[in-house]
Amino acid sequence: MAGREEVTPRRAPGPPQAGRDLTPPRLRPRDVLRVGAVGLRTRPLRAFLSALGIAIGIAAMIGVLGISSSSGAELDRQLSALGTNLLTVSSGQTLSGEEAKMPVEAEAMIERIGPVLSVSSVGQVQDAKVYRSEEIPEARTGGISAYAARLDLLDSVGATLRAGTWLNAATHAYPAVVLGSATAERLGVGAVGPDTQVLVGGRRFTVVGVLEPVALAVELDTAALVGWPVAEERLGFDGHPTVLYTRVDERHMDAVRDVLAGTGNPEAPNEVDVSRPSDALAAKQATDQAFTGLLLGVGAVALIVGGVGVANTMVISVLERRGEIGLRRSLGATRGQIRTQFLAESLLLSAIGGVGGVCVGAAVTVGYAAYEEWPSVIPAEATVGGLAATLVIGAVAGLYPAIRAARLSPTEALASP
Amino acid sequence: MIELSRVSKVYPGGVTALDDVSLEIRRGEMVAIAGPSGSGKSTMLNTIGTLDRPTSGTVRVDGHDVATLSDNRLSALRGTGIGFVFQQFHLAANVPALENVADGLLYSGLPRAERRRRARAALERVGLAHRMDHEPHELSGGERQRVAIARAVAGDPPLLLADEPTGALDSASGAGVMELLRELHASGTTVLIITHDPEIAGRLPRQVRMRDGRIVADHAGAA
Repeated sequence: MAGREEVTPRRAPGPPQAGRDLTPPRLRPRDVLRVGAVGLRTRPLRAFLSALGIAIGIAAMIGVLGISSSSGAELDRQLSALGTNLLTVSSGQTLSGEEAKMPVEAEAMIERIGPVLSVSSVGQVQDAKVYRSEEIPEARTGGISAYAARLDLLDSVGATLRAGTWLNAATHAYPAVVLGSATAERLGVGAVGPDTQVLVGGRRFTVVGVLEPVALAVELDTAALVGWPVAEERLGFDGHPTVLYTRVDERHMDAVRDVLAGTGNPEAPNEVDVSRPSDALAAKQATDQAFTGLLLGVGAVALIVGGVGVANTMVISVLERRGEIGLRRSLGATRGQIRTQFLAESLLLSAIGGVGGVCVGAAVTVGYAAYEEWPSVIPAEATVGGLAATLVIGAVAGLYPAIRAARLSPTEALASP
Repeated sequence: MIELSRVSKVYPGGVTALDDVSLEIRRGEMVAIAGPSGSGKSTMLNTIGTLDRPTSGTVRVDGHDVATLSDNRLSALRGTGIGFVFQQFHLAANVPALENVADGLLYSGLPRAERRRRARAALERVGLAHRMDHEPHELSGGERQRVAIARAVAGDPPLLLADEPTGALDSASGAGVMELLRELHASGTTVLIITHDPEIAGRLPRQVRMRDGRIVADHAGAA
């Protein structure tokens, strides 16, 4: 903008009006908006399409961030519900590669560690295959394992029942079975009741319950759980636990973790695997986060492409509207006011795209979270950052066309059709 | 009102559009600037209208030496002191006549309600009270030019510059527009009309004839 130098003192040849004040009035903010929207109103389809470019980029970024935050919130919710103080002790392999066995007393020994709050266990019943009925060919085991389970298992792993009841002091000595969620699906067991029976180790067991998926003990999803006594009596179970689930005082997690292997299997601590399932969940989340970063990059590229679209629209708009620019200059518009007009148009375009994109991204997040039954979280910083980014893009995209429009000489602009 | 003294305009490439022109137009005059195309009359209008600066010489409009004014001040001078009427009307499509006229006052600093009020008055003045809400494509050529004239005079500028105002009109509409310009002149506005049509020029009180960038004749007309 040219400087506002004072008018040099002049001979006044003319009549009284020579004293006219020649300071151009400022445009009111509402008028800036109004004049900036002229191009959008006269070419709505073009405005829509170039705003769409921005909207897609923003929607992608908000959607990616929203879905990843929502899944993170779901994990936090899960973990706080399940507790992060579960340590799993499972029998690994011997040095020679065979399946190792933990001693029968492992559970009792671990219970004696001070900060251990509770211990429960399952023991895999070797050679006990699970089938829907006697008609199923023997080879089709469906990857289901039969486990003997302690009665306090559910509390320890934070499992809940989808249907029916858990084993109790009455049923654990009789042929009653509780199926993991995947097991029920594979066997095609829908209802629970005295009539629903499956074959465990060649004997008929009545299905008394079905579990929900167990986040902290996924091995239970493909399990058929029977009582400890009935397994020993009828299925030839040797009584050795396969997996121990210990709830530990949070403050002593590390200390307990260090001694668990030695306590569970003093003779061969190396044959025991100790893990913290909540860590595994969090690690999976971290892997997802890396993928989120990639998707975010794709969204950013889409946003930049959208910005280029806006710049393109603005350049064409300025070329097409030279006549209008000339007219406005003749009506008293300063260069600054022409520049403001086109900058406002570009900002409006990208702001419309940005707001639309945020809405779409939020809708996608809410929809997906609802579908997954997650809490929906749309990070505020992503929304604010996204809108700020669109405004920056709008300003950058509009700056050059606006400067070109302002530099146009009025006569040249008026001469063009 | 307007004072050109020894004004020349040479375009890049060496075309001399105005060659040492001096001219004075007093407040309240109605003047035709006539000449064939290429005679420099459009350049003259752009120079007087402060849309273009001369290569040499002095231009005074409404008491201001154009050469000493910044671009911003020139804009303000155009906004408040000069109304422009163009051959191609330059109306915004799909915008009602009233808004087209009110838009002409956008750079005056007036609030929108006042702009619309003045636009209404200007449209009444040019005889289009019944066409305020019509868009340009719903108006005849003559009516469009009247809307453009209303826009030019809505801010009550002391000087009206018309560049071939009847050039795109049939003779009946053209006569109507000329009649309107004469009425504006009668109410005190200084009116300057550029035309290549000797007949139109001949009916105005004063005619300046141009050829090859020079004034070849300057005399009172038949009116």
